[in-house]
Amino acid sequence: MEEFFQQLTNGLAVGGIYALIALGYTMVYGVLKLINFAHGDLFTIGAYLGLTLLVSMGLFDKIGPLPAVILLAVMVMILVAIIGAILERVAYRPLRQSPRLSAVVSALGASIFFQNAIMAIYSPKFLVYPHDILPKTVINIMGLDIPVMRIIMFLTSLVLMLALYFFIQKTKIGTAIRAAAIDQGAAKLMGINVDRVIMLVFCIGPALGGAAGLMVGLYYGQINFSMGWMYGLKAFTAAILGGIGNIPGAMVGGLLLGVIEALGAAYISIAWKDAIAFCVLILILIVRPTGLLGERVAEKV
Amino acid sequence: MKSTNIRYLAFALAMAMCPLFLNAYWTDVFNNVGLYAILALSLNVILGHCGLFHMGHAAFYAIGAYTAAIINTTYGIPVLWIMPLAGILAGVFAMIVARPIIHLRGDYLLIVTIGIVEIVRIALINNVFDITGGANGIFGISRPSVFGFKISKPDHFFYLIWGFAALTIFLLLRLEHSRFGRALLYIKEDEVAAGGSGINVAHHKLVAFIIGAVWAGMCGTIYAAKMTIIAPESFSFAESVILFTIVILGGSGSIPGVILGSFLLVGLPEIFRGLAEYRMLVFGAAMVLMMIFRNQGLLPPGPKNYNVAKMLQAGGAK
Repeated sequence: MEEFFQQLTNGLAVGGIYALIALGYTMVYGVLKLINFAHGDLFTIGAYLGLTLLVSMGLFDKIGPLPAVILLAVMVMILVAIIGAILERVAYRPLRQSPRLSAVVSALGASIFFQNAIMAIYSPKFLVYPHDILPKTVINIMGLDIPVMRIIMFLTSLVLMLALYFFIQKTKIGTAIRAAAIDQGAAKLMGINVDRVIMLVFCIGPALGGAAGLMVGLYYGQINFSMGWMYGLKAFTAAILGGIGNIPGAMVGGLLLGVIEALGAAYISIAWKDAIAFCVLILILIVRPTGLLGERVAEKV
Repeated sequence: MKSTNIRYLAFALAMAMCPLFLNAYWTDVFNNVGLYAILALSLNVILGHCGLFHMGHAAFYAIGAYTAAIINTTYGIPVLWIMPLAGILAGVFAMIVARPIIHLRGDYLLIVTIGIVEIVRIALINNVFDITGGANGIFGISRPSVFGFKISKPDHFFYLIWGFAALTIFLLLRLEHSRFGRALLYIKEDEVAAGGSGINVAHHKLVAFIIGAVWAGMCGTIYAAKMTIIAPESFSFAESVILFTIVILGGSGSIPGVILGSFLLVGLPEIFRGLAEYRMLVFGAAMVLMMIFRNQGLLPPGPKNYNVAKMLQAGGAK
């Protein structure tokens, strides 16, 4: 039973990461009906930028761990948001009127480009985050030994998700995003600058993805140029699981997928861990293509 | 039609002369181009003609290659004899996995096929059923022989591979202009209208999938015979992406386009070997640029002309 709860907390922490990345997929899909394949690589860029800033600025020695991490996160989020906006401008905006396949292929091309750019700039090897910067404390909650970092990670992703949720639901800009997702033409007629909304979506999504990348770097300690691919696919699975285009769905889906994967790895087989997520993906698309809380995605013939 | 035939004939002749002028290294490069061309042509049936976004073609290829490798190494049956069986197994696998997902909309199908190719790769690494040899793969596959002639040098493989490619091109041209091929094009252009005209859309899609898979499986056999070693990493998702890119950049639905695409994507990088690191970088950028400036590919299929009166005279469209 103890192992079960250990895996549960572990799954929730990883699930928080999936949920953060999934939000980027789901927001872009909501507005553009496009699967942004390059999103996983924006996540990787977040992890690499985080490492570069961390090492080059030596923030941890100057201002202490907590302010340093927060400052780092803000910088990474801004930088990745800028890259996301550039990506949208260069690779997706010219294709807005083209067939869907063109945009998908363009997204794949952008993904390959990013991956190899990271490889060329840094190196094909695994890079290591400095490992002595964060607390290794383990706290005991109801008989369970849980690393403090795991809890912080989960709480951080939760805070970011809730912030996004309230931003989308309560602010004027959030309303504009929702309007553009429902009907772009009508949104334009209501005086919403849809181009700017899309640009904004391509800032928020990558910013969250970048934050997730930084968290993975800090938590697991090592990063690789191609890791965004697997995280991206799983986050996408999470988005589908929750119902793509649906923001709370991505959060639920992410956490759920993290837990399923952690428990599957513990009780079925660790070697098949990656396959579990894909099986979930295929099953959900066959059995309930709307996802848990989402719109309909499959076409009946 | 006649000028097209002459062009194909000239291409075939030029290709047949190639080994006379190429050294062993370049012959081998051409062999790889040929393998990718066959695979991309088989993917073209699914992606180009039928318009199904299928990015898991390496899975079918892998099944063909592993079937050949396992049967050859355990029972010593000559590799080329296993080809039909490898094709059939890949086709059966395609039928089983594609049936439940065939109704998915474009990009969802794409994601699911990515999932399938990853599951197959993970299964191969995990040594499923204890026959795939795990991450190291299978080695010691014997060289193929044709009528007692042992194929071992790159030149020999050149004729085997490109001979098979020629057969593939011939059959696929026939398919393209058959009743079935025209139905696929109709489905690609407008699924609802195709259904309305009495075409069984799901059935046609599924058959297209199976044809592509069977052909990829047979091609896998040749690959296994050529390499004599196969490992899961040769059938990774990246291979599927390269095949997908060949079809899209070459011109989806166009056989000459796909062949041109294989030369560009597989052959051209060999010229810039020194820049190998930046090869994929350029690929990625090229994909984005192509989609923006020429999204139909380099050599898109031309409009098709059919003499309807003649077809009707011949007793209904065949």
